[in-house]
This record gives sequence, structure tokens and C-alpha cells, in this order.
Amino acid sequence: MRLTAAPALLAALALALAAPAAAQTRISIGIQQEPTALDPTIEATAAINVMVTQNIFETLTRVDRSGAVQPGLAESWEISDDGRTYRFHLHQGVAFHDGTPFTADHVLFSFERAMAEDSTNPRRIIFDPIESVEMIDEHTVEITLARPEAFFLFELARGPAIIVTPETVETNATRPVGTGPFMFDAWTRGDRLRFVKNPGHRNADEVALDMVEFRFIADPAAAAAALLAGELDAFPGFPAPELVAQFEADPRFTVQVGTTEGEVILAMNNARPPFDDIRARQAVSHAINREELIEGAMYGLAVPISSFYPPHGPAFVDLSDLYPHDPDRARALFEEAGILGDTLTLRPVPFPYGTRSAEIIQAQLGAAGMNVRIENVEWGFWLEEVFRNHNYDLTIVAHTESNDLGNFARDSYYWGYDSDAFRELWEAIRTETDDEARIALLQDAQRMVSEEAVLGYLFQLPLIGIFRDGVEGFWDSQPTLALPLAEVTVR
Amino acid sequence: MSRHLTPNLVLGAVLVAFVVGVAALSLVWTPHDHAAMNIRARFAPASDIHWLGTDQLGRDVVSQLMVAARNSMTVALIAVLMGGSIGVAFGLLASALGGWVEDLIMRVADIGFAFPALLFAIMLSAVFGPSLWVAVFAIAFINIPVFARVTRGAANVIWTRDYVAAARAAGQGRFAISRDHILPNVAAPVIVQATIEFAIAILAEAALSYLGLGAQPPSPSWGRMLSEAQTLMFMAPQLAIYPGLCIMAAVLGFSLLGDALRDITDPRLTRSRQA
Repeated sequence: MRLTAAPALLAALALALAAPAAAQTRISIGIQQEPTALDPTIEATAAINVMVTQNIFETLTRVDRSGAVQPGLAESWEISDDGRTYRFHLHQGVAFHDGTPFTADHVLFSFERAMAEDSTNPRRIIFDPIESVEMIDEHTVEITLARPEAFFLFELARGPAIIVTPETVETNATRPVGTGPFMFDAWTRGDRLRFVKNPGHRNADEVALDMVEFRFIADPAAAAAALLAGELDAFPGFPAPELVAQFEADPRFTVQVGTTEGEVILAMNNARPPFDDIRARQAVSHAINREELIEGAMYGLAVPISSFYPPHGPAFVDLSDLYPHDPDRARALFEEAGILGDTLTLRPVPFPYGTRSAEIIQAQLGAAGMNVRIENVEWGFWLEEVFRNHNYDLTIVAHTESNDLGNFARDSYYWGYDSDAFRELWEAIRTETDDEARIALLQDAQRMVSEEAVLGYLFQLPLIGIFRDGVEGFWDSQPTLALPLAEVTVR
Repeated sequence: MSRHLTPNLVLGAVLVAFVVGVAALSLVWTPHDHAAMNIRARFAPASDIHWLGTDQLGRDVVSQLMVAARNSMTVALIAVLMGGSIGVAFGLLASALGGWVEDLIMRVADIGFAFPALLFAIMLSAVFGPSLWVAVFAIAFINIPVFARVTRGAANVIWTRDYVAAARAAGQGRFAISRDHILPNVAAPVIVQATIEFAIAILAEAALSYLGLGAQPPSPSWGRMLSEAQTLMFMAPQLAIYPGLCIMAAVLGFSLLGDALRDITDPRLTRSRQA
């Protein structure tokens, strides 16, 4: 009797233990930055895209964790031989969270809204190549481009290209309504944001989470404390690399260190002295010791870069031999440029990677004979004075967009780099649809901006994710700004 | 005189002498260059070379604490001197003129009391960019009404004294009397107040630097060292403990000294305590 009772007892015990675990289908996610709105078509703040793209809203195409383009609201598409006409076949039976059935009309509306004269879309460059958008039938859309555009399908997967319905565009900033696998539930400003599962989504069966709660915690120490106290299940963009070792040693957590598309640069104002002189810029390039910088500012958790292109990208070329760390050479070049011993102003962005790197760059330029004054400024001040008014000598910032070498081709950008040769090259890259030829051109572009020492190229911003044991499915790298939760499971 | 030698006075004087001494010494000597980084030698424990170890960038902690002491003392000294002299001048003026001038000055002082110093500092740093001077001016600003009030209160008492009446009868003007008779007699409470304000200024400088509104890198400050050490609490708690102890020692020292000085200069307090 006792022998037969034991397995039954064990089974009952196992059931008792398993029951609460199975009921756990909610997740609490820490996020550093709280956006002021939730609509990626009106503001560029990274946190908006991270939270809502692919979760609340969907796009025609979708970028997966490897960076490859997958079907989104369009289940398939055909591209004409000249690379200018895209015919998208839309999913049928899709509805917005408010019940409106999704049709080709919504695609037209969303694109026309983004392309309108008075559009506030933060990334209109996505729509620049479009000549016309036409509705073929209820579930087919044809987009004609003015010229072939290699990144078009990738760009269509970005947050600013989401498909919205006209009934809710005015309120999407505070109550977003899309077609995605999660629906907006509640937003307590300054504290948390809640999504619930969309039971009507076409892939609802594969979505494990019933409820998602984002908690806004800006302070790294508070973020670590919340994780340790079990208040959070995940912190996918953890801001404090110095704490990674501690979490790695803790069996209750798993740590993922991946890459982002964020190149951290020491931008030099090419438009005004002293950095309108290439020798001054070369001197800075020689003064930088990336190894020391990454160890000091990022606790070793970053990959050095030598041009404006991520090391995990397909067209990456290693140009680290171009300007090796050489303080004596830097000093000689500063002397040649006639500015040795002058004082430069460095205004980093107010994020840990920025302010920490600034102190080390200050010391490294100091070793090459330059005085650097650091001015730690607010984010709003940085956007206004550095980014819009170009009022700076040096700044440190991460450019988190993918395929952003095109920034060098922009007119009156804050770097002050003005090169028709590069603009021609970028035009060639944009319109080249052959992968191999484009890669070769992208490598030329990397060489050009690296040889001319337009910027100081520092390191690729890592993506540090800390997860409670049993939380799985988060992206380990971020090929585009998104945090898809449909694939996340909680044990 | 020996009855004044209270434990408060001794402990306060010793702490103040130590902090001021270290700050003065940092002008001519620190064990290492306070800004010299050595990332490979980061988080080094205390040793013969680095007496209190190194920080997250491999800089010598003792040298940083010493230079930070100097920064802290400089800010507090300039701020208290500046706020004190302006405040005393207003206090004397209010007391000498009386009437609506006194009312006006004291009401403005009330507003100054109510205005948060932190907001003023943020405002200043938005206009001029953050620097040590922002901290100095913000702290000086909050000191003005404090000194104005203390001076005016003490001066009003002196104005009722017979020797002041005699001076007035002799035809001496209000400003001359303020200078010759009132100022020397309010000096004692003002000096006591200055000592206490000094402690508050050290704390305020640490708070502003903690928020990034005070000393800018590479110039060290106890407040900034504390804020930088915050996320390192689990890894290197000593980096937060050392500047914390320094702030405590400096503030405690000046507070105790101020208390003790007040006991000495205010005989009523001493007598009531003995009774």
C-alpha cells in the first residue's frame, strides 16, 4: 500500500507545483526611457519603436531576429524586374483592435499620411523613393518607386511605416490601436504601461504571454535592485555594464550580450575650426585608444569599430590599421594643425555610455597634448544645441539606426561633412540592387569616411539583456529597433 | 576659559582642522595625480601604492578625496563669504533704516527662504552650463536671506543700547553707527552662523555635484564620486563609503564647531544649561 501510494502522492505534488507555473503568462519588463507618446509616426524616440512596433502595430514587412525581411501584414510580394514596382498581397481576415477590418485602404491612408506635405513622420526618408501607391483590389497594393531602392523592404518594417486606421490616428499617441498581437491596455505615466494579448490575431495560438507590463526605471541602480527583488522578469536594454558580472554569477538570472545597430562615435564638427582641418581630425583618430575606452566605459562589453558600420554587418571591412593608437603621432599632427595645447569642448549625450566615454576620451586627448572641457548637458539641450544648431567641437553619441552610412550624404547635418564624392557614392549604393556590387560599394563608403577621419569611430553599442531564469525568446541582438514579444515565453 | 573646552568644540575643531588641512595639503601634494587613469588597475584594493585603492577608472582614491576636499572647501568658503557679506549688508541696512525699507528687505528675504536652491542651481546651469561656479552662486544665493535675518535681529537689539543712543546724540549718522558700533557687535552671531552655514554649504555642494550640477570631470567632488559609485555598490562598496565618510566628517565638524562657538558667544545658553 505504501509503495503504491507514493507515486500518487508524487504526482499530486507535481501537479500542485506545476499548476501555478502554468498560470504564469504575464511578464514585467524594465525599460529605461519613458516616451512622451506611443505613436512611432510622430516621434523618433527609440523607446516608442521598442515597445509598440511588431507588438501593437504591424508593418507590411517585418524584420526578424537575424535581420532578414519576413512577411508582415503583406503575406507575399512580387518585385518587377526593373526593381521599381512592388506588388504586396495583404493578409485577409485581419482586424484592428477596435474591430475595423484591415484592407488595402489602410495601407493607402497610412502611406499618404506619412508622405503628405504637413506630415510629422520622423523618418520620411522611408517614403522618399515612392512615386505612387495604388490599390489593385481590397487585398492587393502596388507601390511604384521613382528609382530602385535596395533597402526598401527593410525600411518598410520600421516603426514609422506602421499601418494605422484613420479612426484612431488622433489618439494613437496615448491609446495606440493597431493590428498587432498585443493590445494597449493602460498607461500610468512615470510608472508603467500595460499590454494584453490580442485573441483575434492570426498567430494568437503561438503567443504565450497574456499580459505584458513595461516598468519605466531610468536609474541603473534602481533597475538592478528591481531585478534582484524579483519585481522584473526582464530588462532587455540594461544600462549598467558594470553590473553584468554580478548577474552572470547569479543562478536566478541569464545574461545576453548582443549587438545593436548603434555605432558610438566621437563626432567632430567638420564645419568649423579646428576640425575643418583633416590633420586635427586625424590627430584625434590617432589619440583614441579603443581597447582602454571599451574596458573603462563598457567593462569590456563592446566591439571596437573603425568606420561607421557595424562589425556584424555583411559589408564590414576592418580599417583599424588606418589610424592606430599613437599619442606621439597625434601630438605631432595637433602641432602641425597649429592647435596643440588648445582647449576643446566635449558635450556628450547624457547616457552612461556617453558620459563615461567622455572622461576617458578627455584623458586620452590630454595624453596627446590637448585640453578637453566636458560639458554634461541635458538630452533636450543636446538635441537643440548640438544636433540642430551644430554648436559644438566634440560630442559622443550612438547612432542606432541601421543602414545609416547615408548620414554622411545629408545636407547640413550636424557633423558638417560636405562631400559630393560621397553623395555620388551613396546614390550608387541606394540604387544598386545587386547584393555583391552593393557590398563592394558599401566597403568603399566605409573606407572613404574612415580615411577622411570624419568622425572618431569608437565602438558598437552592445545590447545587454538580463532575464529571470525561465524567460526566453527575447532577441539577443537588435537588427532593427523592435522588441517583439510574440516569441517570448515565460516558465 | 577651560569650561568652554567641551567635547563638541574639541571634536569639531579636530575634524575641521583635519579636513581643512587635507584640502590645503592637496594644493601642494597628493600621493598621485588625481586624474591619472589606469584602467588595468581599476578597483585595486588598498595597498602601499594606493592607500585606499583605485576607482572604476583606476584613479587613486586618496588623491581624489583630497582634491575633492579642496573643491568642497573652496565652494563653501566663497559661497558663505559671498552670501554672508551681501546678507550682512542687507541686514544692517534693514536695521539702520527701519520702516518700509526694513519690511521690504525682510519680505524679500522671506521669498528667498522659500525659493528652492536646487531649482535656482538648475536654472543657472541651464543658462551658463554646469560648473563649480553654478554651485557657488546657488549656495551663496540661499545664504543671503539667512545672514540678513540673523544680522538684522542682532542689530535691532544693539540699536537700543545706550552707547548707540549716545553716538546718535553726538550726531553720528546711521551708516557710520552701523559701521562703528553695530557691525562689531553683531560679528559674534554672524560668525557662528557662518560656521553652521559652512556645514550646510558642504552638504549642498555634494548634493549639486551628485546631480551633475557642480564640479565637472576630471575635477573630483565627493558628491559626484558618490553618484558614480552608486551602481558599483555591490562590486566596490568602498567607493561610495569613502566620499560618504568625508562628507560626514566635514559636515559634522563644522556643525559641532558652530554649536560650540554659539555656546561660548551666547552666555545665556551656558548659564541656563548650568542651572
